[in-house]
Amino acid sequence: MPAEALITGAADTPVGKLPEHNCLSMQALAARDAIADAGLAPSDIDGVLAGFSFTQPHLMLASVFCEYMGLKPAFTTAVQSGGATACTAVMLAAALVESGQCRRVLVVTGDNRLTGLPPGGAVALLAQVGHAEFEQPYGISVPAAYALVAHRYMHEYKVVPEDLAAIAVNQRSFAALHPHAHMRKPITIDDVMRSRPIAEPLKLLDCCLVSDGAAAVVVSAPAAADPSRHRIAILGTGQGHTHEHISAAPSLTHFGCEISAQQAFARAGAIPSDIDVAEIYDSFTITLAVELESMGFFKKGEAGPAAAAGELWLTGSLPCNTHGGLLSYGHSGAAGGMFHVVEAVHQLRGQAGPRQVEGSELAFVHGDGGILSAHCSLVLGHV
Amino acid sequence: MIVSKPVPLPTTDTAHYWQACDGEELLYQRCGDCGHVQFYPRRSCVSCHGTKMMWAPSMRRGVIHSFTIVHRPPTPSFDEDAPYVIALIDLDEGYRMMMNVVGDDRASSAIGRRVRIVFEERAHGRKIPQAMLEAAP
Repeated sequence: MPAEALITGAADTPVGKLPEHNCLSMQALAARDAIADAGLAPSDIDGVLAGFSFTQPHLMLASVFCEYMGLKPAFTTAVQSGGATACTAVMLAAALVESGQCRRVLVVTGDNRLTGLPPGGAVALLAQVGHAEFEQPYGISVPAAYALVAHRYMHEYKVVPEDLAAIAVNQRSFAALHPHAHMRKPITIDDVMRSRPIAEPLKLLDCCLVSDGAAAVVVSAPAAADPSRHRIAILGTGQGHTHEHISAAPSLTHFGCEISAQQAFARAGAIPSDIDVAEIYDSFTITLAVELESMGFFKKGEAGPAAAAGELWLTGSLPCNTHGGLLSYGHSGAAGGMFHVVEAVHQLRGQAGPRQVEGSELAFVHGDGGILSAHCSLVLGHV
Repeated sequence: MIVSKPVPLPTTDTAHYWQACDGEELLYQRCGDCGHVQFYPRRSCVSCHGTKMMWAPSMRRGVIHSFTIVHRPPTPSFDEDAPYVIALIDLDEGYRMMMNVVGDDRASSAIGRRVRIVFEERAHGRKIPQAMLEAAP
């Protein structure tokens, strides 16, 4: 068994409105900071994986990024799995390092979809993930597609919208503790319930943000890592896929996250109750509820009530999305999922300040692309 | 300026399906090798990967598996219709499609309600299937 790959560097930019930046300048900033965080120079990087961008929709974005930053890697490609991109790219980086192909892989993501697109631009572009012939003609949007999941879920497990609202409230409370977070003003269940309807049962505060921001990590072979620094290992990885378009999904209640989590736990030799802190893709409140339950952290229908009971808070059984998640920290495309990875690393290193989960040994990170379509799970821990 | 709603562009896989829609007939595929029923139309069978795909006419009846009422359209072409209903319909023949629920009673959409399929005309004479609620039992 090859020794597990390590995450040796992690960094992100502020998140929100960054009109002074463009996609590449933000990605380069995050990359430079992640490389420095690993105690390395850019010339030490031999692999580069880049996420996709809406404002810079280039066919070969990894090559464009390397050219912008002045890197000439031995291995580079773009990774495109929607919201699962960051976790998938980290999983790929670990495989590259463990196979001996690379020693130090930079994984970089970022987009300025708030200031770089017109108002409503991100929503309109995202709606194009709907099937051109069999979904787009019906006015599908990403929130509407998740609302279809939410209605079925609520029907089958007797969940009410207030249960999901508790998830949004929990994450806004965490965002208030993070200096970079896009939205930090506290909200209540009432605020969520009275927020503007988007696609029933989802309201504005059930939906993720649209933000500018970038984040990057460095994944290193143990032999290529500075022995005096934190050793955070990628202990387990897994993926699961059942469909792309929601109208072709075999089920509205069972998704690929069941498989991805099983695989990641099996490879890490861990079970859900071993996890000290979780950073799980939360494009909508329903996304988090479905994933928490599918991956074995709560029984069906119980994630929302658990959130209401404080189980996802610092003092609860599973502190979750401790930076505020996509719902309150920010969502910058592929970087949205990378913010979860960076937060998990900060937790394991004891660098999470007022959000710190004491004694964090094992973290779980999850990315979801499309409409609960592409799933990738990671188990991270100390070695 | 009224922006017209999207008109599906047929592919080599779906041209026959859309032509049938224009004649107000709803078709689905059945595999000539293994009998698997599938939608959307493909060149091969999703189940056995054979290529003997046969077209079959649907009786145009089904049930709502899930739905949502959209208040914020993704693009201006749907602004006039907002709020509108999107549903996933399970056709009686055993396959699922996305459609709007149309008709004056669409706000009464519910999971489990039965529907019948009608056709809505878009630009260039293209017709697309839509759902209408059957009378509640």
